Amino acid sequence: MDMAVIELSRLQFALTAMYHFLFVPLTLGLSFMLVIMESIYVITKRPIWRVITRFWGKLFGINFVLGVATGLTMEFEFGTNWAYYAHYVGDIFGAPLAIEGLMAFFLEATMVGVMFFGWDRLSRRQHLLVTLLVALGTNLSALWILIANGWMQNPTGASFNPATMRMEVTDFSAVLFNPVAQAKFVHTVSAGYVCAATFVMGVSAYYLLRGKWTNVARRSMMVASAFGLASALSVVVLGDESGYTLTDNQKMKLAAIEAMWETEPAPASITLVGLPDVAARTTHFAIKLPYVMGLIGTRSLTGQIDGIEELVLKADERIHSGVIAYDAVERLKINRADTAAMAAFETHKRDIGFALLLKRYVADPRKADEATITKAAWDTVPNVPVMFFLFRFMAGLGFGFIAFFGMAFYCASACQFRKRWFLKLAIFMIPLPWVAIEFGWVLAEIGRQPWAVDGVLPTFLGASSLTVPQIWTTIFGFTALYGTLAVIEVRLMIASIRKGPVEHHDETASEAGFAPLPAE
Amino acid sequence: MHIPLDYETLRLIWWVLLGVLLIGFALTDGYDLGVASLLPFVARRDEERRQVINAIAPHWEGHQVWLILGGGAIFAAWPFVYAVSFSGFYLAMFLVLASLILRPVSFKYRSKHADPAWRSRWDMALFVGGFVPALVFGVAVGNVLTGAPFRFDSDLRMTYEGSLLGLFTPFTLLAGLLSVAMLMMHGAAWLAVKIEDGPVLERARRFGRGAAMATIVLFALGGVMIAKGAMGMRLDGVVDAAGPSNPLMSASVGAPGGWLANYGAHPWMLIAPIAGLVGPLVAMAGIGMRRGWLNLAGSAAAIKGIIATVGLSMFPFILPSSIDPRSSLTVWNASSSHLTLFIMLIVTCVFLPVVLAYTAWVMKMLAGRITLGEVRSNPDFY
Repeated sequence: MDMAVIELSRLQFALTAMYHFLFVPLTLGLSFMLVIMESIYVITKRPIWRVITRFWGKLFGINFVLGVATGLTMEFEFGTNWAYYAHYVGDIFGAPLAIEGLMAFFLEATMVGVMFFGWDRLSRRQHLLVTLLVALGTNLSALWILIANGWMQNPTGASFNPATMRMEVTDFSAVLFNPVAQAKFVHTVSAGYVCAATFVMGVSAYYLLRGKWTNVARRSMMVASAFGLASALSVVVLGDESGYTLTDNQKMKLAAIEAMWETEPAPASITLVGLPDVAARTTHFAIKLPYVMGLIGTRSLTGQIDGIEELVLKADERIHSGVIAYDAVERLKINRADTAAMAAFETHKRDIGFALLLKRYVADPRKADEATITKAAWDTVPNVPVMFFLFRFMAGLGFGFIAFFGMAFYCASACQFRKRWFLKLAIFMIPLPWVAIEFGWVLAEIGRQPWAVDGVLPTFLGASSLTVPQIWTTIFGFTALYGTLAVIEVRLMIASIRKGPVEHHDETASEAGFAPLPAE
Repeated sequence: MHIPLDYETLRLIWWVLLGVLLIGFALTDGYDLGVASLLPFVARRDEERRQVINAIAPHWEGHQVWLILGGGAIFAAWPFVYAVSFSGFYLAMFLVLASLILRPVSFKYRSKHADPAWRSRWDMALFVGGFVPALVFGVAVGNVLTGAPFRFDSDLRMTYEGSLLGLFTPFTLLAGLLSVAMLMMHGAAWLAVKIEDGPVLERARRFGRGAAMATIVLFALGGVMIAKGAMGMRLDGVVDAAGPSNPLMSASVGAPGGWLANYGAHPWMLIAPIAGLVGPLVAMAGIGMRRGWLNLAGSAAAIKGIIATVGLSMFPFILPSSIDPRSSLTVWNASSSHLTLFIMLIVTCVFLPVVLAYTAWVMKMLAGRITLGEVRSNPDFY
């Protein structure tokens, strides 16, 4: 294995995925906010709400198009850059992706055309239904991709088949109703709602500060503050914690986030801040709150949360067991009827992924010595300081959003958004959900390392057999293309916001197409 | 879990569904790729270009999902094919993705400024976004027919021994041009039912006729090259159609001219190449008689025939290896597991009709020809 190929493939995946996810959260949330706004229009029949819906719809469209375009890359990247991964787990992982296309992408993409072009051809109710279906489609797509991603974090319902040298599905409902996937889904879409609500708040605040389009802006802020408060609470309260005690690898992720080197007696304390030291395997200057970690992590006073050192010992055991399974598979390759090998395989098959960790150091895991096995066991610890700080930053922002929307909710009734400092704060808040969301993804995926699929396939084995120049070519290509598009996108977004809720996008025709707003 | 269909049948069904998806993609997104490739030729003034663009603008997003679904379904049902083809044709895939990404943003962003330089830049991007994918998809299919240079080791890890330039041979280029001609014919046929009579439609008819003729010539020429060339494979020894999906457990050998063997054994299969040759003639007749729908039906028949010809000629092969015949992927050795194929079939049977139903509803709601008058007055138009 050429480690440069692995690292570059990871870099490219991270770049394209994180870029893709700049557009997704706004799509997820804004689509539902459009439903709310248009519902008000259909119920009240007041034209102002049509203007509001169409205005945010225009911004939705600019954003949506890049989400779709960059999603294309994601759908194919598992094949182009992670071919062995695609072979090894495609039997399970491919299904949610295909269902996502069939159930969600078709719905959102087909309906979005009518949403934009069907205003004159559909009745009010029909158009609202179309908008609702767009929102449903985008959110369903998040569900399916998170079922796929959840399986990478907690691979249930599958086992290794030596005849085909890959993982195969044994229980599809376990894959579907994976608790990690469900927690991730709620967490991710709520984060998208927060992102959209913050965006609408910020843009509206800009109008209010300028005294422009105030009747659109104030109403939009009302919708956004209610929607945002509910979502911000949901992100944090129904956060990502619920799946962390399920498996060894999820436990490892939790231990790394908390920089918990040793198992503490239950209920464990939580480290608020500190300085994790990887070499010394300790956390300096730790400020701890007693009991809290045990309560959050296990929802009990007696549940124990394993520390990193404990989990490494478990990994060490599983590597030894995995080597036996690996040996059995190699014997089965020569003689498929070898019953002794089959029996050994059956006993140890759930650990075969751990033997593969050794391939980083030796071509044949059976030839690894104890020192190498210990090294491989320690490889199962993700980057503790990165996890520790990213999590604190993300969670801090999460609480910040609750405070901000709580304030907004109060302001809506108390001061009707007339306080200039609040409006300035709202503009300042615009980028923060994106920061929190990208941090969240980095946390989730760095926390999964060294695994592509937890306990099943190490990341370094998953890559395609490509060359370094090939991957550099595409990294440069994507960076140039995506960079250019990002600049254009942001400029168009700003131009559209500056222009405001006017009804025609052609400068030459804007006078004629100008829709005067009804008085308040 | 008891699975009511046997593995062999499911593999066969999924081979058919693979064809259905590819044809679905070519039929629907084919409009958009074809129209985008025609854009600089059939529309000259800005208004004309907007008329052409708005003929596909509300539909391209839905159409493109056929490609995404194709990717997802190949991943789910034929993971070996997904892994080998996408990583093997790595830089070609990048070319396709980059140009496809240009396409949607061109639609959306072109209209945002009235500046002619801005607009002509996006028109160029739109042309690239239509022409390049059409060409590269064709070249890729050409390479599937000739076989790709890959092999598996005993862990079923694939190594690929080709290069980007190696993908372009006279035969594969011919396949690429055929794909471009076919989709241009299809794009012109879409314009024939989607825009009002006028100079743009006249030009579309002219280009449509030329593209239909080119399709016939290139398709026939491709057939001759397959008959005379060294392409072709056959399975060797006992074939276990319900065996494990492991290419190394089956044996394939090269058989020059082998891609024609199926037509001898099953003469009904000839219907596909016949449709591929007659379809463009029908399209030309439709153009001559000024019947847009006949034009479109002929073009659609040609696409179905040409794509089905590739599949039927190669059956049971899906992606042969040109350097290690034994690594070749077939219907019997490259699928996902019995259970996955079955579950995915159920999902498809439930959702594909729903998709087709609402796609038809959307088409109906947005039916009608795009007029220049509407281009001038509708604020929602690009």
